[in-house]
Amino acid sequence: MSRMLPYPLLAASLLAMWVLLNGLSAGHVVLGTAIAVAASHVMLALEPAKPRIRRWYLLPKLVAIVLADIWRSNIAVARLILRRDQSKRPSGFIVVPLELRNRTGLVILAVILTSTPGTAWVEYDSTRSTVLLHIFDLVDETYWIDLIKNRYEHLLLEILE
Amino acid sequence: MMQADQLPVWAALLASALVLLGAGFTVIGAIGLARLQTFYERLHAPTLGTTWGAGGILLGSIVYFTVAQSRPVVHEVLIAAFLTVTTPVSLMLIARAALYRDRAERNPLVPPDDASQETDA
Repeated sequence: MSRMLPYPLLAASLLAMWVLLNGLSAGHVVLGTAIAVAASHVMLALEPAKPRIRRWYLLPKLVAIVLADIWRSNIAVARLILRRDQSKRPSGFIVVPLELRNRTGLVILAVILTSTPGTAWVEYDSTRSTVLLHIFDLVDETYWIDLIKNRYEHLLLEILE
Repeated sequence: MMQADQLPVWAALLASALVLLGAGFTVIGAIGLARLQTFYERLHAPTLGTTWGAGGILLGSIVYFTVAQSRPVVHEVLIAAFLTVTTPVSLMLIARAALYRDRAERNPLVPPDDASQETDA
C-alpha cells in the first residue's frame, strides 16, 4: 500500500482536482487516478516530510472555527477601514511563543493567520519557537495571544501530535 | 444551459447577493489599501479580497452555474483552495522584505531582531 501510494492524501487531492476540472466520468476517474499515482511517485524524489494526522475527526471542527473567524474578522476589519478616524486605532506587532514545532502544523497555522483579516504572520523564529505577528486592531495583546494559543494552536497540537 | 433571464428568482437573488457581497468586501479592501497609513496596516486590507471577497463571488458562481446547468458545478472550490494556500507565501515575502528594510534603517516602529541581538552580546 505505502509503496503503491506513498502520499495517499496528495494522490486523493490530485484525483479530486482532476475530476473537478474535467467532470465526473468513469474515464476521467481512471485517467485521474493514473496521474495522481504517477505524480505521488515523482513527489517521492523530493522526499518531503510526511505529515501525520492523528485525530482526523477534529479537522472539521478546526475548519468550522476558522471559517467562522474569517467571516467575523472580515466584518470587523471592513468596519475599521471604513471608520472615519484612522489615527485612533492601535496597530502593532506581538510576539507569540508557540509550542507547535511540527512543520505541517506551522504551515496550517500560518495559512489560518494570514487568511484571517486583521492578523498577519510576519516572521517565525525556529530557534526560539516564536512568531512575530502584526495585528491590525491591537487593543488587548493578551486577547490575541490567548486566541492564537487556545483556539488554533491547541487544536492543531491535538490533531498532529 | 439556461439563459440568465430564465433563472428562477431565488437563484438569481442568491447569486447576485453573493456576488455583491464578494465585490463589496473586495472594494472595501481596496479602499483600505489606499487609505491606511503604514505598510504593515496595508497588509491587512487585501486579505478581505482574498477571503470573503473571492469567496462571495465564487459562491455566487457556484449557485448560478449549478442552477443554470442543472448539475453541480463546484470547480470554483479549486480557485478558493489555491488562493488560500498561495496568499500566505506572497504576504510573508513582502512582509519580511519590509521588516528587513525597516530593521536595516533602525525604524523604531518595528521590533528589533532579538536573535541577532543575543549573538551580538
